[in-house]
Amino acid sequence: MTTAYSAPSAPQEHGGEHDKHNLTGFIIFLCSESVIFLAFFSGYALLKTSALDWLPAGVEGLEWHMPLINSIVLVSSSGTIYLAERAKAKGSLWGFRGFWLLTMALGAYFLYGQAIEWSGLDFGFTSGTFGGTFYLLTGFHGLHVATGVGLMTLMLIKSFIPGNYEGGEQGVQATSLFWHFVDVIWIILFLLIYVWQRS
Amino acid sequence: MTLATFPADEPKPSWTRYFSFNTDAKVIGIQYIVLAFFFFLIGGLLAMIIRGELITPEADLVDRTVYNGIYTMHGTVMLFLFIFPVLNGLNNLLIPTMIGAPDMAFPRLNAVAFWLVAIFGVLLMASFFVPGGPAYSGWWSYPPVSIQNPLGHLFSGQGMWLTAVALSGLSSIMGAVNFVTTIIRMRAPGMGFFRMPVFCWTALAAQSLQLIGLPSLTGGAIMLLFDLVAGTTFYDPAGGGDPVLYQHFFWFYSHPAVYVIILPVFGIFSELFPVYSRKPLFGYVYVALASFIIVGLGLIVWVHHMFPSGVAQWMRNLFMFTTMLIAVPTGVKVFAWLGTLWRGKIRLTTPMLFCLGGLFNFVFAGITGVMLATVPIDLHVSNTYFVVGHFHYVIYGAAVMGIFAAIYHWFPKFIGRMPYEGLGKLHFLLTFIGANLNFLPMHPAGLMGMPRRVSSYDPEFAFWNVLASLGAFLLGVSIIPFLLNMISAWVRGPKAPHNPWNAIGLEWLLPSPPAEDNFGEHVPVVISRPYGYGLGKPLVENQEAIEQVLTAADLQEASR
Ligand code: HEM
Ligand SMILES: [Cu+2]
Repeated sequence: MTTAYSAPSAPQEHGGEHDKHNLTGFIIFLCSESVIFLAFFSGYALLKTSALDWLPAGVEGLEWHMPLINSIVLVSSSGTIYLAERAKAKGSLWGFRGFWLLTMALGAYFLYGQAIEWSGLDFGFTSGTFGGTFYLLTGFHGLHVATGVGLMTLMLIKSFIPGNYEGGEQGVQATSLFWHFVDVIWIILFLLIYVWQRS
Repeated sequence: MTLATFPADEPKPSWTRYFSFNTDAKVIGIQYIVLAFFFFLIGGLLAMIIRGELITPEADLVDRTVYNGIYTMHGTVMLFLFIFPVLNGLNNLLIPTMIGAPDMAFPRLNAVAFWLVAIFGVLLMASFFVPGGPAYSGWWSYPPVSIQNPLGHLFSGQGMWLTAVALSGLSSIMGAVNFVTTIIRMRAPGMGFFRMPVFCWTALAAQSLQLIGLPSLTGGAIMLLFDLVAGTTFYDPAGGGDPVLYQHFFWFYSHPAVYVIILPVFGIFSELFPVYSRKPLFGYVYVALASFIIVGLGLIVWVHHMFPSGVAQWMRNLFMFTTMLIAVPTGVKVFAWLGTLWRGKIRLTTPMLFCLGGLFNFVFAGITGVMLATVPIDLHVSNTYFVVGHFHYVIYGAAVMGIFAAIYHWFPKFIGRMPYEGLGKLHFLLTFIGANLNFLPMHPAGLMGMPRRVSSYDPEFAFWNVLASLGAFLLGVSIIPFLLNMISAWVRGPKAPHNPWNAIGLEWLLPSPPAEDNFGEHVPVVISRPYGYGLGKPLVENQEAIEQVLTAADLQEASR
C-alpha cells in the first residue's frame, strides 16, 4: 500500500507559484516602507510648525528652480518605465530595453541634480532642525532612487538571459512599482520642502 | 507494504541542522524558540539582580549607574530577544502546518531573519563590555538621556543598542512580510479565511501591526542615532528639536507592539480552550474579526503612554477615549473563551492550566489597564510601580503563560515526544504563584507613590518590595522544572502519537514530527470550519483514511 504519507521528499521547488509570492511580498513591503516616510514627513511638519526660528541665521530659504527641473525629470521617468513595461508586454524586448535604459538615465540625472544642489547649499546637516530634516528627507529619498536604479540595472542584465522574460517576470513589475513609489514620495517631498516655505 | 518505511526508516536528520543556515520553517521555529529561551535566562538573571537590589530600601547590591544599565537591558532582552523571537518561532512552526503549506513563502528570507536575531543578540550582549557599559536610558531610550555620550567613544552602549534595535526591526519586517504572504497565498484548498484557525487570524493581525508600526520606530531611531553620533538636533531643544517627537515615534510602534505580543496569545487561548473543553470555539467569527478591530484601534491609542509628557488636553481626552474602546473587542474575546469553557468537559492538562492562569492574569491586567487609561489616575501613577505591575501582569502573567501553554501543547507535534505532566503541573504552580506574588505587590507600592527605575526607595515601601522579590525568586525557581521537562522529554520522553490531545486541525493530521515539506503534494481539502469538537463533522476530505494511516504508523512506532 502506498500512501500519501510515504517518505518525505526533498522540498519542492514551486517555481511559478513562488513568482507570484514575490510580488505580493514586495507590495506588502512597500506599504510598510511608506510608513517610514510618513514618520519623517510628520516629524518634519511638527518641527517646522513649532519652530521659533525655522531658518538658520543667514539662510534665506530654498532655491526651487533646479529641484523643479529635477522633479520633471523624475516624474517623466515614471512615464518611460510604463512605456518599457508596455513594450515588454507587446513582446518587443529591444523596445523594453530602450525605454528601461532611458528610465535609468533619467534616474541617474536626478541623482546628479541632487548632488549639484547639495554641494551648492550654504547650510549643513547640523544646521538646526531645518538642515537636519532637509538632508534627512532628501537623502533618504535619494537612497531609494539609487536603489531603484540598481534594481533596474539588475533587471536589464537579466533581460539578456535567454528566455528569462517569457511567461512574465515579477522582477520587472516589482521594480516599476518601486519606481512609481519613489516618484510619488518625491512629489510629496517637493511640496513639503520647496513649495511650503516659511521664514 | 510501504507503510513499514514510514516514518522511522528515514535517516534521522542530524541535530547539527539547528546550528546551520537551514530553510525549513520547522527547524527555524525551533531555532527561534531555543535561542529565545537562552535569552530568557539572561533576561531573568538581570531580573534577579534587580529584585535582589530592591529587597532592601538602600542601594546596596549594585552601583546606581550599573542598575540603570541592568533594567534597560532586562527590558530590551526580554522584549526584543525573548518575546518577539519566541512568538516568531511559534509562527514558524504553526502557520505552515495549520494552513497546510509546505514551508513559508520565502524560506531563505526566513532563515536570514532568524540569523539576524542571533547577530543582534551578540551585539547587545557585547555592549556589556564596552567602556561606559550598556545603554542605560530604559527600554524607551527617551532623549535627552539617550543622546548623551559622555565618554565620547564611537562604540557607546547606546549606539550599539540602537544598532541592535534597528537590526531587530529589519528582522521583524522580513518575518512579517513572510508570514503575511504565506497566510494570504498558501492556504490549503478549501480553507477560506473563515475556515482559518484563529491563531492564523491573530498572527495575520499581529504581523500587520508590525508592518504598519515598526517603520515609525525605525524612522525615529534613525533620527536618534544621528543626534547621538552626527550632531543633529532633531530631539535636542537647544537646536530647535523636540524630545516629545521621539516619544510619538516610539509609542506609535510600541503600543501596537504590546498587541503584537498579546494577539498571538489570544490565538493560543482560542486554539486550546476548545481542545481541552471539547466544545467548538464560541463565536469563532467574532473572535477572528475582533483581532482586526484591535489592530485598527491599537494604532490610535499610543498617546496614553504620554499623558504626563506635556501633550495637549484635547489629545489626552481623545486618547483616553480610544484606549477605553479597545476594552470592547478584547472583552468580546474574553466572553467567547468563557462561553467555550461553559459546561465543557474540562481537562486540566498542563497546557490548559497555563491557559486558565493566563486568562485570569489577563483579566486582572485589563482592569488596571483601564484604570491607567483614565487621565486623572494616570497622571498620578504614571512612572510608578503601578505601571510596572500592570504590564508585567500582561506580559508575564498572560503572554508568557500563554506561550508556555503553546509549548506544552505543540511540543509532541514538533519534537515527536511527550513532555511530562507532573513536572509541567509543578512548573505551572510555581509560575502562577510566583507571578502573582511578584507583580501584585507592585500595585500597592505604585499607588503609594514608589517610582520605577530607582535602586533605593523610601522604607515605607519595603514590605511590598520584599514580597515582590520573594515572588521573583520563586519565578526564578519555576524555570527549573520547565527546563528539566523540556530537555528530558526531548531526549527520552515517550514517543508522541500524531494527535495526543485529540485535537482538530490540519497540523494534527501530520505525523509527529511532520516531514520536512509537511503534506508535500497531498494537501487535504478543507471542508469545514475549525473547532468542530463534539459536532462529528470531518475537517477535511477523506479524513478517516488519513487518520487510519497515521494511527497505523503510530502503532508501529510505539512497538519499536
Ligand atoms: C485593556 C487593555 C489595556 C489597556 C487599557 C492598557 C492601558 C495602558 C496604559 C494607559 C499604559 C500607560 C501607563 C503609563 O505609562 O502611565 C499602559 C502601559 C503599558 N502597557 Fe497596557 N494596557 C492594556 C493592555 C496591555 C497589553 C495587552 C499589554 C502587553 C501585552 C500591555 C503592555 C503595557 C506595557 C509594556 C506598558 C508600559 C510600558 C512602559 O511604560 O514601559 N498593556 N497600558
Ligand atoms: Cu499602550
